[in-house]
Amino acid sequence: MGILEIDKVSLRLGGKQILNKVTMDIWEGHVHAIVGPNGAGKSTLASVIMGLEGYRDIQGKIRLKNKDITSLSIDERARQGITLGWQEPARYEGLSVRSFLQAASSKKKVDFENYLMQVGLSCDEYLDRAVDKTLSGGERKKIELASILAMDPDVIMLDEPDSGIDVGTLEKMFEVIKELKKKGTTVIFITHSLAVLRQADHAFLMCHGEIIEKNTADKIIPYFENKCIPCPHKNKPDKEGLRDAI
Amino acid sequence: MPSDKDTAKQLSTASGLKHADITSEDVAHLYLHHHDVVSSQLVPGLHVDTKPHKDGIFVTIRVDKNVHIKKPVHMCFGMLPKKGVQHIYMDAVIESGAHLDVIAHCTFPNAVDVKHLMDATITVEDHAHYAYFERHVHGDGGGIQVIPRSHITVKDYGNFSSEFELLKGRVGIIDIEYDTTCHAHSVMEMNARINGRKNDHIKINEIGHLIGEHARGVLTSRVAVRDQAHADIYNKITASAAFARGHVDCKEIIQDQGIANATPIVEVSHPKAHVTHEASLGSVDSKQLQTLMARGINEDDATDLIIDGLLS
Repeated sequence: MGILEIDKVSLRLGGKQILNKVTMDIWEGHVHAIVGPNGAGKSTLASVIMGLEGYRDIQGKIRLKNKDITSLSIDERARQGITLGWQEPARYEGLSVRSFLQAASSKKKVDFENYLMQVGLSCDEYLDRAVDKTLSGGERKKIELASILAMDPDVIMLDEPDSGIDVGTLEKMFEVIKELKKKGTTVIFITHSLAVLRQADHAFLMCHGEIIEKNTADKIIPYFENKCIPCPHKNKPDKEGLRDAI
Repeated sequence: MPSDKDTAKQLSTASGLKHADITSEDVAHLYLHHHDVVSSQLVPGLHVDTKPHKDGIFVTIRVDKNVHIKKPVHMCFGMLPKKGVQHIYMDAVIESGAHLDVIAHCTFPNAVDVKHLMDATITVEDHAHYAYFERHVHGDGGGIQVIPRSHITVKDYGNFSSEFELLKGRVGIIDIEYDTTCHAHSVMEMNARINGRKNDHIKINEIGHLIGEHARGVLTSRVAVRDQAHADIYNKITASAAFARGHVDCKEIIQDQGIANATPIVEVSHPKAHVTHEASLGSVDSKQLQTLMARGINEDDATDLIIDGLLS
């Protein structure tokens, strides 16, 4: 039994089947990747797991630490120990990095310097800046990760963590993930990037709203690299080809 | 009857100020309680005169040519009683090359039926700088009307900025009308941040005329309305000279049964001028809200945090 269980989760939006009986076990303290081409349903699945607006009317169950969280609101799920980092983090006019990190932490005394340093940002330079359009996408991505560190959840989902950031920043992010793994935090990447997929222990290959393979990341990488980039099946899973390949 | 000194102290306290900081020797100040000067102090180059006028008090401010007033001048306007009218007529001239920053504290902590009216004429002469930051502190009763009217002229290479902040206590009724005319190479920024709730009514009417070449102006409004509060925001920039640049930026967040109207108007009558505008009205941005909620913050607290940021 995993720390997070997705049990036959299905979602229809606008008359289309977006997720189809998705079942996954996420293991505590491991790094996972949900991988697949554009349109496979990866980000939708993350939205469903977090309970975002418009993604609540599902079939199936979501359990976190053996507790059914399917009917909980976003903040209730977060307080149970799960969070999500967005592909493109939100901008907040006037809200300082200090307030943003403070809000994420349950501690009264927040170690701002530590969290910012871990993501490669200087406390002096950033703490009193606003999380707004004056920051680049990469800077906001780092600050979002710092806020997740301040929150210290059990399970972290990161949607396209490499989107809009440079190679150096990505390396820094991978270092942070390694440290999180060491302390037992569970990480789930939502990605179509090989560089990100290579950081994972386990991978779930997603296509057309279904999980079509679960395996170690090492096993999934060759198939994903050769058969999914680009996707020749136009999001129709090539299950036979997959069986032959893995 | 409290002494003038005691009244000044009470106004400071109600404004959340350290009275000793403002009354130190190197800081100029003017305390007006109702129509009475209860404390004042000047610094070299700054002239402030007051005299009774019609139904209120007339205040003239002048900064001598090329004088830089180093520390902000504190003006504390207010009324401690529950009822009454404070009407200030002001004529301010910042002479050529002079520099003045004013922090105005407008304090009406006990208002049940109070009117605060201001009719101001401000002239920022060439190469002069004038920054006016007006912070209102009201009580929770909402029995107050704030009606400021200002006509501002910014001459060549002058710089004028105003910031109006009303975040603490109830707004009551606020009805702002500022009209600024900018000459060549001058800069104007007007910014209003107001937090309305219950049956507060907010009216902002700010107009900037960019009549000189290379004049620049920005009008910014940040307003939140909750409960049954109502906001009408009218921002207009006209540009009639080459290379004049202007921008109107209005954001209003609406909660509960709040109502907001925004009318950004840009009027350009020179082919080499350029003015832009943006306005957004509505509830708190869903992505901002859900990001904070995904960190474990409940919806109400997340909403407050976003609004506090917007108005900060």
